Amino acid sequence: MASQFEIKGIHDGLLITVGDGDWADFRQALLTQMSEQEDFFRGANISIDVGEHSLKAAELGSLRDKISEQGVMLRAVISKSAQTNELAQTLGLETHLAKPIAERSGSAFDTSIGGDEAMLVKRTLRSGNSISYPGHVIIVGDVNPGAEIIAGGDIIVWGRLRGTVHAGASGDENAIVCALELTPTQLRISEEISITPPQKGTPPPEVASIKDGEVIAEGWEFHK
Amino acid sequence: MAAKVITITSGKGGVGKTTITANLGTALASMGQKVVCIDADIGLRNLDVVMGLENRIVYDLVDVVEGRCRLRQAMIRDKRTEGLFLIPAAQTRDKTAVSPSDMVRVCDELRPEHDWVIIDSPAGIERGFRNAIAPADSVFVVTNPEVSAVRDADRIIGIVEAEQKGPAQLIINRIDMQMVQRGDMIGTEDIVDLLAIDLIGIIPEDENVIISTNRGTPITLDGKSRAGEAMQNISRRMLGEEVPFMDLTIQAGFLKKLFTGGGSKNE
Repeated sequence: MASQFEIKGIHDGLLITVGDGDWADFRQALLTQMSEQEDFFRGANISIDVGEHSLKAAELGSLRDKISEQGVMLRAVISKSAQTNELAQTLGLETHLAKPIAERSGSAFDTSIGGDEAMLVKRTLRSGNSISYPGHVIIVGDVNPGAEIIAGGDIIVWGRLRGTVHAGASGDENAIVCALELTPTQLRISEEISITPPQKGTPPPEVASIKDGEVIAEGWEFHK
Repeated sequence: MAAKVITITSGKGGVGKTTITANLGTALASMGQKVVCIDADIGLRNLDVVMGLENRIVYDLVDVVEGRCRLRQAMIRDKRTEGLFLIPAAQTRDKTAVSPSDMVRVCDELRPEHDWVIIDSPAGIERGFRNAIAPADSVFVVTNPEVSAVRDADRIIGIVEAEQKGPAQLIINRIDMQMVQRGDMIGTEDIVDLLAIDLIGIIPEDENVIISTNRGTPITLDGKSRAGEAMQNISRRMLGEEVPFMDLTIQAGFLKKLFTGGGSKNE
């Protein structure tokens, strides 16, 4: 009498799917299991997918009464037969599974966006200081000549960048370096190396990136 | 009395640490303070030469540390200035003869009976420098208006911060305002801007310093020198006085006035 039926948990109870065998065998097997596993079934709502079986009102009614004696409520009967469906409805049973109400989160607009690992350093890096980090590096302060930063990702300096920096050190050509004053001793992105051309006055905030195989620096408002 | 320990350091050599140590010591002592200057440049001593006390050395710092004499015996009293003492470095040993904890112990022994202990640090960032800053309550970083000196000062300031002796204070030495005005020398603002620490003194270039150093007479003893005046101002700031920075443009301004004055006659 193996596998007369299958039981699985659904969101609001148990779904029992009946196999192709004889209805009487199924009924017997189900009732046996219920009495054997009383604790498991007690108080459960069950739905029965009878598949191709076409049932008579008496069969369905007696099953309902029988299982309710075990403290189990028959809630729905799902059937491919129109006649059985009609019968189930007459008996006050549902004929389809209640659809779970979509949970609010995860629906509609997801406004949170992911991010990458970064290291935030809130101080000025002086000559001889060194930072090496596989992610992005953000400095709030100056990076003085003689200081160095090596980052796997981007380097952002909220201050004057005058030391040596290497962004995308593990080969990321899309890495960028930005600073309020971008005048590094040497700037490397991935494999490309550049030095700051001599300039007069204080440059505006800039972003350096690789474009057409060359490191170029441009005003942040042009970097998109 | 509980002395304050000040270490004068720079990273780069030849920027004027020893001269400034000798002069701050002399200036403070002449204002009635009890001062001990310590030469921490073991193996390359010259604070004794600059202070004119070389011929009076019997015991030195290493003798004290190794227990061959009492601390008092190694302190040379400066006869010209009441209240000023020097503990000289050993010339025949090297930096490893003294440890940072030895320096702390010596300074702690000096603290109760003096107002100031001024330590002349060797150049560099190695053992000698570590010895010199170990007992410091406060560190003065000396730089010249040269890129290499400023770079080293930046490194030193970083180490002082890391050792939690900071924030260091800055002395800019040997500035030539005429060169700055011509754009041939880094200005004080640019140096302070980069190093981002408080300025405690600006000392102008002054050839009298070389003369007095060679004679072993600290220049603050000579009332007329501008460099001497600048170092006296530093010592007054150390005592908590509000002393404005000297207007170093006076000379240039005076010349300018002459020229513009001549120009206006022709109008």
